[in-house]
Amino acid sequence: MVTEDIIQELPYSKPFLFVDEILEIDDDHIKGSYTFLKDEYFYAGHFKDNPITPGVILTECMAQIGMACFGIYLLKGEWVEADFGVAMTSSDINFYKPVYPEEKVTVIANKEYFRFNKLKCKVAMYNSKDVLVAKGIVAGVAFRK
Amino acid sequence: MTKEELLSKLKTIITPYVQNEEGLNTLTENTDFIKDLEINSANLVDVVLDVEDEFDIEIDNESMEKMLTIKASIAVIEDKLASK
Repeated sequence: MVTEDIIQELPYSKPFLFVDEILEIDDDHIKGSYTFLKDEYFYAGHFKDNPITPGVILTECMAQIGMACFGIYLLKGEWVEADFGVAMTSSDINFYKPVYPEEKVTVIANKEYFRFNKLKCKVAMYNSKDVLVAKGIVAGVAFRK
Repeated sequence: MTKEELLSKLKTIITPYVQNEEGLNTLTENTDFIKDLEINSANLVDVVLDVEDEFDIEIDNESMEKMLTIKASIAVIEDKLASK
């Protein structure tokens, strides 16, 4: 499966799509990136006159790359966007550095297991200086609607 | 392995995922994981994976879908153990 096709198959759209490209993918891991725009909608309020990317959005970015993109790949053609739903079922993330507007982040997810349409991964996010921004574990499911 | 031993092991496995602890205290063969114990459906996968590790068996999709009650789970585990 071509990586551009995977992004096309995602059930998200702007302003809640946080994947630009998939850099590496195989049965054990995925690596992808996203550059936060200058004017993402949440910067207006997080924080007052001091835009910093919220941790929940960093978690979402890690889940969209490490769960949704990776899961679509692991489903090997079984995925049909119209027929499936996805849900994050757990997350346990620690944050180490702030991410500002226009910063590019890279997410690496390593599969712990993919069984019965549930994917659990160790995920890590790095900034453009290759410094660790966030790290932890996420899990999610794909289910037929 | 006796049925009591099997039930005891299964109870240990499901305990971390149970939201309704009262259901755990009144556990019977007919206890339903989702209705009575309020285990979330994503955690049912973890229960099945823990069962595989504990009993050194492999559980296929069809068997996994059956494992919604104590009784059904014991039946699946006994079946897989017997065919090992």
